[in-house]
This record gives sequence, structure tokens and C-alpha cells, in this order.
Amino acid sequence: MTPSNKAEDILETLWIAIVEDGDNSASLDSLRLTADDPGLRELEEQALVEIKGARLYLRPAGQEAGQKIVRRHRLAERLMMDILNLQGDDANAKACEFEHLLNEGVDTKICTLLNHPATCPHGRPIPPGECCRQARRAGEVGVVPLTELKPGQEGEIAYLATRDAKKMQKLMSLGVLPGSRMRLSRRFPSFIFQVGNSEFAVDELLAREIFIRLNSA
Amino acid sequence: MAGPQAKVKDPGRKIVLVGNPNVGKSVLFNALTGTYTVVSNYPGTSVAVARGQCEIDGRRYQVLDTPGMYSLLPITEEERVAREILLQEHADTVVHVVDARNLERMLPMTLQLVEAGLPVVLVVNIMDEAERLGIHIDIPLLGEKLGIPVIGAAIGRKRGLAELRRAIAGNRPGGQAVFGYGFELEGDIEAVARCLKGTYTLHPRAVSLLLLQRDEEVRELVRGQEQERFPLVEQVVSDIIFERRHDLHLRISLERKRVCHGLLSEVVRQDPDRKASLGERLAAWTINPWTGFPLLVAVLYFGLYQFVGQFGAGTIVDFVEGELFEGYVNPWLIRQAESWLPWIWLKELLVGEYGVFTLGVRYAVALVLPIVGTFFLFFSIMEDVGYFPRLAMLVDRIFKRIGLNGRAVIPMVLGFGCDTMATMVTRTLETVRERIIVTLLLALAVPCSAQLGVILGLLSGVPGALAVWTACIVLVFLAVGLLAARVVVGDQPMFYMELPPLRLPQVRNVLVKTYSRMQWYFLEIFPLFILASVMLWAGKMTGALQGLVRVMDPFVRALGLPEEVAAAFIFGFFRRDFGAAGLYDLQTSGLLSPRQLTVAAVTMTLFVPCVAQFLMMKKERGWKVSLGIFALVTALAFIVGWVLNRVLLQTGWLP
Repeated sequence: MTPSNKAEDILETLWIAIVEDGDNSASLDSLRLTADDPGLRELEEQALVEIKGARLYLRPAGQEAGQKIVRRHRLAERLMMDILNLQGDDANAKACEFEHLLNEGVDTKICTLLNHPATCPHGRPIPPGECCRQARRAGEVGVVPLTELKPGQEGEIAYLATRDAKKMQKLMSLGVLPGSRMRLSRRFPSFIFQVGNSEFAVDELLAREIFIRLNSA
Repeated sequence: MAGPQAKVKDPGRKIVLVGNPNVGKSVLFNALTGTYTVVSNYPGTSVAVARGQCEIDGRRYQVLDTPGMYSLLPITEEERVAREILLQEHADTVVHVVDARNLERMLPMTLQLVEAGLPVVLVVNIMDEAERLGIHIDIPLLGEKLGIPVIGAAIGRKRGLAELRRAIAGNRPGGQAVFGYGFELEGDIEAVARCLKGTYTLHPRAVSLLLLQRDEEVRELVRGQEQERFPLVEQVVSDIIFERRHDLHLRISLERKRVCHGLLSEVVRQDPDRKASLGERLAAWTINPWTGFPLLVAVLYFGLYQFVGQFGAGTIVDFVEGELFEGYVNPWLIRQAESWLPWIWLKELLVGEYGVFTLGVRYAVALVLPIVGTFFLFFSIMEDVGYFPRLAMLVDRIFKRIGLNGRAVIPMVLGFGCDTMATMVTRTLETVRERIIVTLLLALAVPCSAQLGVILGLLSGVPGALAVWTACIVLVFLAVGLLAARVVVGDQPMFYMELPPLRLPQVRNVLVKTYSRMQWYFLEIFPLFILASVMLWAGKMTGALQGLVRVMDPFVRALGLPEEVAAAFIFGFFRRDFGAAGLYDLQTSGLLSPRQLTVAAVTMTLFVPCVAQFLMMKKERGWKVSLGIFALVTALAFIVGWVLNRVLLQTGWLP
């Protein structure tokens, strides 16, 4: 049986407090809950959490379930910001609603679509799922922004994500086109890369919008 | 086929040179035309276009050198002009110059030109460098595949010139290859081309492609040609764009890339691995901050300080001004005036204190020209070497803080030569916001070479004064830049630039660039010198000058300066360096203490730009912005001067 949305939200907050922030338990007050909260009751019935006095503990099964929920939430955030281009509170609110729809199977598809991202837009780690582990084992090529490359690394330009048509056009007419081989030579003070026998410099903002398909090792 | 060659009326045939920046178009232009060159703005625009003449097989040709363009779809004003020339000038031969080292990247534009039905000759230039890099290109095969004359060349070494001349003389357009795109795209092009019934300079296929890429100018052109059929054309275009959803630019670019890749598959062969040359290693040093900034300091020290400052402003000025003018020319003129001119006012006008000859011409020719000339020579060498894009990259992060991107460094550096010219060059910046910020900073805190020369000479005799002056100007520059970045609204700048390889400067290139800059300077600025001396003369004769000096008096006193400085400030508006030179006179007669001298020099540097720069600001930015900048700069100059005077009085750093 899947927990209700309310129960999932509690489990998510609890998981972050205990697993990520390193507390051993969380007080009901800090979660703004009372012991008779229906969501909490639900979690207790499913043996995911344990209530001892005014404090809430995570059971092993809850740890696993919580990790999945957090993963879905952060994937939802990535989807909202990277693909649907929603920003700020709006994106957060939408992600909170959306995460509950990403049940087993759907999250795998989204994760693959996003190319197994490692962090959420706020920089927190996304717990890897089975699909990520499989992709890593298979040594699949990854598509990452230019900013993720180290000097000397090579790859193929996968796509340009700039929303400004003029900038896109300029990059394309310079010869920075999807399918071209490129090699990063410097990261500081600007990103400098070679395409063919030409050298280009772009700032970090633009480098973030050039996506590179890395060579599989 | 309605090609452009059908419409030639005048007997002189036309050759138009096109290509990316830095592929050697100008070198080719010079090689073809020899000595006779006119550089002028293209009608209705501010972009310079060089025109020249040449003779091949006894036939006269007019040669046009266009600004660099990356594609037929223009983004910058330069590219717009280059395309305008292709659309309007009905060239008999379009010479597309490409860099052999980057053939694959530049060939898509050749496709576009051929596709447009233009009579293209392809020059694959810089073959010698390419061969050194281990790149081998089968030129005849490429010509065969493209269906146009292709010439392998190294124009700098005169290689390929004779072949090019033969190709131009024998160029018979027609029979050019058609490059097939994907099935879908071909269908789309066909659908649009079918609707086009008007007559166009470009082939309907090219017009269709540009329409599909939403080119505004071509859209207007089609509107004019198709009249009442235009809504239909537009509907077809919109339908296709919606139908395909994803970006048509990208799709067309990728298709062209695919075609080019196929064309070049047997044409280009690249040797594996080789070592980096000395030039490449030097090029790498210029962009590494640890080595790049010391190199920058070295360039500024030897180029600006030693060459422009010591040699130009020192040695040459001393000789021309001190020896020639003071020793021979002026005394002779004054003697002639004394003996031939009975009227005092005319004598004053010509050879008096503010005389046209004794002040205007002497300043323009003897004082400013050597300084500006050496600066332009330095600037042109740096430009030809390919240093500026690297400098732009190096300072990009710092410039972002003041609301600019690295590109803005080019007008800034030029400003140290002539702020008026630099103000004009701000139009190459991409956003209005950047243009306003650079215009403001040029007006306020970038002293031009003429002023710099006098001020350095003035302050170097007083210990500590130069340091205080430099600190003040740098501080004001950064503070105002940081503030302006917050206050001026507009798009955030983005930085992207091609870094051309460093190369040895071409003597002829450098000379032509220096010459055309000096020519511009002389034509634009020389009349202002004369005007300024006439106005000063009129002011002296009518007493208006004294009146103005009296108005300025309280302000000048507030800065703790003697009243004579007021006159120097007023001169400063006519020419920035007039004012500084006025201070020089005051200092030599011992009227200024070190503190007063420093305060006056700082205020003068920040003070209102010269008349010419103000007029250029008005022309480029309009009345509202330029008057705003004027008021701001004047207020800031006096406030900073006042504060500095207080600080120096309190701390007693300078007596």
C-alpha cells in the first residue's frame, strides 16, 4: 500500500533531518505535528516510523521509503527547472505536487530523461536509483554542461540550451554546432575550448548552456 | 535564373570580398588593389567599407572589402552591412575567403553563397599555416564538388594571387552545384519557393531558407516584392515553422554541416599529432591569468609608456613643437604678421595668444598628432597581432562587475588614444546598457593620450602626486562602474568570442589601419582645433572669457585652487589637453603647490570631455543621455576634487 501525500511529506522531512542532517530523531514539535496526526498514524501502521514520547524515529523500512521520496522530489525539481523552465517558489510548489505522481517506474523514466542527475537545483544530492547504477555499470555516455568538464577533457557538443535565439544563432554560425568535437583547454578566467582548429572563449553563463556528450571510457 | 549578373549596367565590374573576420580579406584586398584605397562608411551606416580599383587582363574592376560576416543571416551591424552589399551591389564576382585551417567550419557559408545564386570564387587562404599543422587539402577535388572555382592560397606570401586573377577574369557564373538537404527540409523549401513570384537578387531557394529562419529584412523585402500575395507566403512559412516545432536554424545549420562533412570527406586529410609551436605557447600564456597579467603590464609599459609616452609625447613632440614650431615656424609667422597686418584683431586671430596658427595648428600638428599617431600605430599593431580578443577574455570577469563584458575593453583601450573615436566605437557593443556605461566611463575616467601625455609630464616632477592621481582615477572608475552596473537597466551582458591565433603583424596592414585612423582623426578633429581657437579668440576680444572665468571662480576657490585655474578648465572643454597644458603653464610659473596641482589634475581629468567627444556622445546616444552624462561628470569632477583637497589638507600628504 502506498502512503498518502501527507504521509509522504512527513517521511521526506524526517528522512532529510535524520539521514542528511545526521540527527538520530526529530521532535514532533519541530515537524509541527501532534501524535494523533492521520499521516503519522499511517506511517506508524506501515511500520516506517516509531514514535517514542515526543520524538520520532525512522525504522529501516522507513529509511528506504524516505530515500525514494526524497529522490522523487529532487528529480521533480530538476524537471521543473531544467525542462519546464519554472523558477523559484512556483517551481518548488509544483515539484511538491508533482513528486507524488512519480511512482515506481515513472521516476526511472524521468531520471533517464534527465540523464541521471546527481544533484538537485539547490545542490543537494539526489539519491541514486537502480537506473543510475545500471547506467554507471554499462558506462553509458553522459551529457553534461560544459561547466562540468575538466581542462583537457574532450567530448561532442550534444545540444545548445540557450533560450536566446540570437545567441544560439551566433554560436551556430561560429561553428559551435551539435555534433562537433570539442576539447576544453581552460576553465578560468573563462571557459576556453577548441572546435576544429579554432579556439573560443565563453563566460560561465553561456558555458552552462552548452551541453557536451562525454566519451565513454 | 534571375541571377545578379544580369543587372550590371556600369562598365566597371565589381568584385566583393566576403568571409569571416581574421581570414585575410584585408590582406587580399591590399594585394589586389595595390596602393589606391578609400575607406569610408557604408551609406546610411557607421560601418567602414574599403573600396579600391584593380586591373586584370586590361579590364578595370572595382573591389569592395566587406566587414567580417559569419553567415548570411546577420546579427551585428557589420554583418548586416556585408549582406546589404551582397544584396545591393550586384557583384560580378563574390570572392569568399576562408581559413584553410577551419575549412569545415567556414564552408557552410560558401554553401549559402552558392545557394543564393551568387557568382562565387572560393579562396582557401592560409594554406601555408595549414600545411604546417599537417592539414592537406585537395583543392581541385573541392572545386569539382562545389562546382565553382576554388583557389588554394597564402595571400600574405603572394601565393595563389595569379590563379585568383585568372579565375576572376574567366568567371562565368552558372552551372553551380545544388546541395541536397534532407527530404523534409527540401519539401519545405520547395513549398515556400513555389509561392515566390517577385524578382530577387538572391535565388528563390535562398530567399525561402532565410524566410524560414525568420529573417526580418528578407521578410520586408518579400513583402515589397509580393504585394498582395505576401499574406499567403507568410501563412505558408508560419505553417511550416509550426509543423516542424523545433528550431529551424539549428536544423538548417545541421543539414549544412552534414553536407559540408560529405563534401570534405575525401578532400581534407589531417596528419596525426604534432608539437605546439612557440606562437601557440605564447598564445596560451596570454590567456592564463598568472602569465597574462604580467604580459599585459609589459605590453602597456613598452607600448603605452615607452613608445607613446616617452617617444611620441617626449622625443617627437620636443622636436616638432619645441624645435620646429617654437624655433622657426611661429616666430616667422609672427614676423610676417607684424609686417603685413595692420589690424590688431586679425593679428590676434591668426598669431595671437589663442591664434589659429599659433594655438590651433601648433596644437593639432605639433603636440597632438605625434602622440595620437604613435598611439594609433601601437593600437593597430596590437589589433593585427590578434591580442585584443585575448585581453577581452582576460578582463571579462572584472568587467562583469561593472556591468560590461570583456569586449568593452577594446573601446576602453582606444579611449586612451582618443576618447572621441572610442565613443564612436562603443556602437560595436551588443547591448544599449553596455554602450551607455562605456560612454559614461570614457567621458569621466579615461584620459586620452594627449591629456595623459601632458598630465604625466606635469605630475612626474612632483613626488607622490602621480600616485595620488592614479589612485583617484582608478577609484572613481571602479566606483562609478559598480554603481552604473546597478543603476543602468538592461540586458546582462554575455561573453563569447573567437580567439584567433596570435600572428606576426603585417607591416602593410598595420600602416593602412594606422593611416585610416589618423586620416579620420585629422578630418574630424582638426577643424575643431581651429574652431576652438577662434572661439577662445572671440572670447578674449569680447571679454566673454573673463566673464566665464568669473562664474567659475567660486567653484575653483572651493577646491582650494588659484583663480587662474578657471581659465584652464574652460580651455579643457575645447580640448582636454588644452586645459592640462594650461596647468602646465601655471606650474612652470610657480603658481601651484603640489597639492593644488594634484587636485587640479584630478578634477581636470574627470571634468567634462572635450567638445568633439560631447558632440560624438550626442550623435551616438542622443540628447537626453549625453546631457545627463555631461551633468553627472561635471558634478562628480568637482565633488571628487573637493573631497580630495579636504583629504590632502587633513592628512598633509602633499604640501
